[in-house]
Parts: sequence; structure tokens; C-alpha cells
Amino acid sequence: MTWSEMQPLLEQACWDTLYMVGWSALVAVAAGLPLGLLLVLTDRGGLLQNTVVNKVIGQVVNIGRSMPFIILMVALMGFTRSIVGTTIGREAAIVPLAISAIPFFARLVETAVREVDHGLVEAVQSMGGNTWTIVRKVLVPESLPSLISSTTTTIVALIGYSAITGTVGAGGLGDLAVRYGYQRFETELMWITVGILAVVISIIQFAGDYAARRLHRRGGHSGAAPRLKLLRAKPAAETTPESAAPVKTAS
Amino acid sequence: MREGEVYGVIGQSGAGKSSLIRCVNLLERPTSGTVTVAGQDLTALAGRGPRAGKELRTARNRIGMVFQHFNLLSSRTVQANIELPLEILGLSGKERSRKALELLDLVGLADKAGSYPAQLSGGQKQRVGIARALAGEPKVLLSDEATSALDPETTRSILGLLRDLNRELGLTVLLITHEMEVVKSVCDSAALMERGRIVESGTVTELLATPGSQLAAALFPVSGDATGADRTVVDVTFHGDAATQPVISQLSRTYNIDISILGAAMDTVAGRQVGRMRIELPGRFEENVVPIGFLREQGLQVDVAGDTPAGIPAQDGPAAGASAATLVKEGAK
Repeated sequence: MTWSEMQPLLEQACWDTLYMVGWSALVAVAAGLPLGLLLVLTDRGGLLQNTVVNKVIGQVVNIGRSMPFIILMVALMGFTRSIVGTTIGREAAIVPLAISAIPFFARLVETAVREVDHGLVEAVQSMGGNTWTIVRKVLVPESLPSLISSTTTTIVALIGYSAITGTVGAGGLGDLAVRYGYQRFETELMWITVGILAVVISIIQFAGDYAARRLHRRGGHSGAAPRLKLLRAKPAAETTPESAAPVKTAS
Repeated sequence: MREGEVYGVIGQSGAGKSSLIRCVNLLERPTSGTVTVAGQDLTALAGRGPRAGKELRTARNRIGMVFQHFNLLSSRTVQANIELPLEILGLSGKERSRKALELLDLVGLADKAGSYPAQLSGGQKQRVGIARALAGEPKVLLSDEATSALDPETTRSILGLLRDLNRELGLTVLLITHEMEVVKSVCDSAALMERGRIVESGTVTELLATPGSQLAAALFPVSGDATGADRTVVDVTFHGDAATQPVISQLSRTYNIDISILGAAMDTVAGRQVGRMRIELPGRFEENVVPIGFLREQGLQVDVAGDTPAGIPAQDGPAAGASAATLVKEGAK
């Protein structure tokens, strides 16, 4: 295979992968975040303590986590068809990808949110804050660095899973590596694909780590003070219209 | 507790101090009894479930709370931390930042509005914590070991701030501590807790006037043994007007006796001189009845060491009869 033959295939595969992973990650975060929060809130001693709900969600998450992805994908075919109208193609792959990532992400959210100091929750309670306020102003913002790391982990895992969706004709880089590289002995194409995957994952991991570290440092732990000025420039600009304007009028 | 006073609750770890203060805003619910803050019965507002209803949350907004570990949100700037209770109250953005800057000015951190808690020292964090507690314009401020994580110097400055706020805003302060120093330097009244019960309580002057008070003894510890036989060791407690008189030198001159001071703990509590002193008089007790009587006449409380309280009616002399202390010793209800 020449480069001119490979290029369109690789381009298409790249877009397919990003498309599938992007949408499924979005769904996983949107559904996994509330689920993870519920796991913490309904737990014993939680703000919304409810053993039944906690056990049910916990079990559903465990089942979702224990199911091998390829089995889940096949098991969900009927469900997939009812949602996207087909079981073949990249749209169809998003459904099982998202479903498998939701419990994965929910557990990571649970761990991250549990790390938040209970004293902060108490402080907001003592101010008269309700549960929703505590979730919005304490639990989520305080665990944000961890939540970003969790999202990174989930996206990387989804890229891995997306290779398997090649079996339902979803396309993507993994599928390309298997069909052309492995089954047709196009070793060169296979290694290029693997290389691209490695680069994509590195970029995502780096971006995620960077974002998490940046947030963590801001709230975090001494030693980073000199750099903070640079890092704080942006958040300060965001809050300008709301908080900085009245300062001028007050003085 | 009376309105406008600084009330200290002291006790060892595990005595139930924190539970007590957390019951005041119902972070912890008492299994029985009621909690009344500023005339409002909070236990009646609480409802049944573990979640706080709207009324209780509104009431909590009027009770400020300061924590040992500050409990500031690390994801927010100092200013945004102080704005948090105002957000809960539903104030507009402009109002919030005006109020927050005002409060920062009050606690002396006007220049730190844009900093994050991680960039502040412990004392500064606690000042932010206090500013945040004041945002809801509370009548009552609860302080749960607010100075326990701070060094002595910072502790003094934070206590000074609490004292100022108490005077200027008429804020009633309930503080929990295990440090006697804290009670000594800011409290008008104090209570001692042991194993979940309040064993002593009263104003500092009342406690001092109470014979055998553990709190008074702990606040003003005196020690020292007789330097020989034929000596009388006497503990003299100063409180009220007598504390301004040079009674010891008067005693020495009037009866022409030599007095040695074995130990003394004098201080100014709530603007008044109070304290205890252990002095030694030459001769046995029998020979010193007259000088001791003189001390009593000056309105001082005198306890003879090594003597049973029954033998010495440790009550104030007639001169200070009006200020006779009421013995406040009761179990927690």
C-alpha cells in the first residue's frame, strides 16, 4: 500500500474514532457524574442517605463494570437499534461505548467526591446551604481536578474500547489496524495506526493532566506560588464582569 | 448564655464540647431537649428527617460558625469564599462583592481579596473564616476550637479580633476550646465540661468567688508549700473592688508581720483585675486569726491551705456582702 492509498483511510479512521469517543465520553460524563454523586450522597451518613437507592445504583454500576465490552456490545444490540435505528456504523457504536463508560466514570466520580473534606460540607450546612448548593458549590468544584483526571482516564479507556467496535463495522483507528494491518498483512499501516493512537492518547493524557494540575495548584499546596500569577490570569478575566466591576464603584 | 457576652466552654478532648456547639445550629441533633437561639426554638424547626428544612436553613444563616480547620473552599478566592453565604442568601453579584470587601476590611485582609486560601497563613485563613461567618449578619457566632490550630501569637490576634467584634457588633460569641488561655483572655463567662456534662459554669468573677471551683483553680493556678513548721499558708483570691487595693502591704504594716508570697497568678479578666495568691504568714493558724480576719474584711476570699473548708467559712466578709457570689454548679440539662 502506498501512502496515497493509506492517507484517506487513516483520515477517515481518525475522524471516526474521535467522533465515537467524543460523543460517548460526553454521554458518559453527563450520566456518570450525577450517578457518582448519588452514590456518595445516598451512602450511609450521606446528605441524602437512602440505603435502597444506594444499593440499587451500586449493583447496576457493578454489573455494568463487570461486563466484558464485546459481550455488552452484542447484548445491547436491540437497545442500540431502538435508539439509532441500526446496529452497524459509528453512530451505533456510540451507544455501547457510552453505556460501558457510564458506570466506569461513575465509580471514578464517587472516589473523587469522597475525597472532599467533610468539614467543607459542614461549613456550607452551617451557612444554611441545602443539598443542591453543597453539590454545586462544594462537592463538584472542590473535586474538579480529580474529576478532570477521571474524565481523561475514561476517554483513554474509550479509545481502547472503540477498537472493538470495529466488529460492528464502526470504523475507527483500531478497526483499521485490525482489518488492514492484521488481517491483510499491511504491517506498515498497522504500525502507523498504532503510532497515531499513541500520539492521540498522549495528547489527551497531557491535556487532562495539565488542566487537573493547573486547577489543583490554584487551590492547592504551597510551593507553586510564583507560578500562580501566570495561571490565575485567566480565571480572573472570567470573573471580571461580575466581581471586579463593583470594586471600582466602591472605591 | 446572655446576649452580647463571650462564653467559653472548656474541657478535655472527648468531653463533648464539639457536640455541644454543633447542637447549637443542629449540625448534630440532640436526642432530647430543645435548642433555643435568639428566642427561636431550632429543634421545633428541624422537622423529622436528617435533612434540614428551609426554616432551619434560614435560621442557620443567622448563626455564624468558625471552624478549627477553617473549612475554606480551596477552589474559590478569599472574596468568593466570603460571598458563598451571601449566594445562599440570594444576594445579587454587586451586593455580594460590596459586602465581602467590607467584611475583608473588617478583619484586616482588604488586600487579599483575590488570593486563594492556599496562599494564606493560618491566622489569615481564620480571619477569612470569621469574615465568612459574619456575612449572614449573625447575632451569634459559634467558634469550634477556632484557635487550636494556630500558634500563640496568632491565637492572641484572632482572640483580639473576636473580642473587638463582640464589642463593636454586639455579637454573642460561644467558643469551644481546650486552652485555658483562651478563656482567660476573652471570656466573660465560662463552663467546664467533663464526660458530656457541664460541671461548672458562671461568669469568670463568679467562678473565682466559688470556693473549690476547678475552673478558677485552673485559670489561676497557685502552688508552693510552707517553708517550715509554724507557718500558715493562705490562698487569697482577688476579685471585684478589693483587687485594686494594696492589701498585702497593708496587712504587713498593720500587724507588723513578714509575709512571703509563695505563688501568684494575677491577671486582668474582662477589664478587671482578678487572680489568686498564695502567701505564707509566720506562726500557726491560731496566731493568725486576726490577720486573716483583716483580709476577709477587705473583701477578699481567703482559704487556709491544709484546712477543711468546713472549719473556715469561706464566704466574703461583711464589707463585700453585696457582691456575695452565687454558687453556680449544676449538671448539664
